[in-house]
Amino acid sequence: MKEDRRELARELRTHPFLQGLDPGFLDAIEGATQEREFETGDPVVREGEPAGELILVLQGKIGLELVAPDRPRLSLLTVGPGEIVGWSWLLPPRIWQVDGRALKATRVLTIEGNALRKVLEDRPKDAYQFMLRLVPVISRRLHIARIQVMDIHAV
Amino acid sequence: MPSEPFGAPVPQESGTPWAPVPYRVSERTQETADTATIELEPLEGTRRPDFLPGQFNMLYAPNIGEAAISIAGSPSDLRRWVHTVRSAGKTTDALAQVRVGDVLGVRGPYGKGWPLHEAEGKDLLLVVGGLGLPPLRPVLYEVLSHRDRFRRVEIAYGARTPKDLVYYEEIQRWRGRDDLRFQVTVDRAGTEWYGDVGIVTQRIPDMRFEGSSTVAFLCGPEIMMKGTARALQERGVLTSRIYVSMERNMKCGIGQCGHCQFGPYLLCRDGPVLPYASVERFLALREF
Repeated sequence: MKEDRRELARELRTHPFLQGLDPGFLDAIEGATQEREFETGDPVVREGEPAGELILVLQGKIGLELVAPDRPRLSLLTVGPGEIVGWSWLLPPRIWQVDGRALKATRVLTIEGNALRKVLEDRPKDAYQFMLRLVPVISRRLHIARIQVMDIHAV
Repeated sequence: MPSEPFGAPVPQESGTPWAPVPYRVSERTQETADTATIELEPLEGTRRPDFLPGQFNMLYAPNIGEAAISIAGSPSDLRRWVHTVRSAGKTTDALAQVRVGDVLGVRGPYGKGWPLHEAEGKDLLLVVGGLGLPPLRPVLYEVLSHRDRFRRVEIAYGARTPKDLVYYEEIQRWRGRDDLRFQVTVDRAGTEWYGDVGIVTQRIPDMRFEGSSTVAFLCGPEIMMKGTARALQERGVLTSRIYVSMERNMKCGIGQCGHCQFGPYLLCRDGPVLPYASVERFLALREF
């Protein structure tokens, strides 16, 4: 068990999204971190349910999907090792906006959202550095969505 | 492997560049709902002219019209032309819907090809969007025929949906090889697709290459090539080693009519393959 926690701590600190952040900050969020595993096809998050965590992908692949009545499920983005899922835990109403589904055997770390927000509030300098990591992810995904809307491969 | 330097002219088949040479359709493969690959064998003689990967032919559908279509076959298969055509208008509809036995006219090959010799001894990246794969398919054939001349070979291919992927079975074979890495991504997909979804430029951070010793060939929508070039520059690829295939409104194929003018270039004659450094400033201009 102790060995498992040590490995989890290592994976938390070496995940590209967090790597290089202040060691004290990483120590502070370690206690709120858990490892989870998913088999192919398992739901990871579901639209409309409470968004209670930040997800760091270690292995595998998660498809972010939209579901609408009378339409087939649509996959808009896949997220792989080194990437993250979710910022809905940060801001009200803290509800997932998409479905996430494991597209292969997937292993992630989750950081509990309430605890993470508390650490960010208590450590504004670290929170700024954290946001410097998060905002580019949001920006990239917005850019991807814009290109997808352009439908550049259409005739 | 083409021995000519980049941009060297290739002798034309017919005495006059305006006269199409008749070829018979020997095979047709439906690639997607609107795209087909056709193979053309000469009515007279037993072989076609040589070509450089990246060049194109003007295909003539009798009594309908002519269209510039990239050559998609192997340079070493001298018996046939291979072209992949998407229905996008009257002429390309006719070309994509030919039947085995039909006769088409062919003028070419025209234009300048990919400077493969520049990639020898270096990492080679092919970044492809949509129907950008056919013009790069001959490059892959050449590279695989002379695999030892290149270091890492990485391909990223993006399409609109899984149903829009061309050469599907061949891609599976390429993906099964251990001497190249072929990534596929689609802009959107349903639940039947377990591959990557997003845009092809997302694959760049994951591609394995040494920026300072890499040559990149890009082919696809201009916005995709622009985004890809930027991402490659950020990873240290020299702008002078990035090449793009520009395809706009080609009509005559021989630099006479001016329809395909792009800045100082007539793309049918000076391109379609051009150094990115030559076109970067024009791609940045709106309404150009």
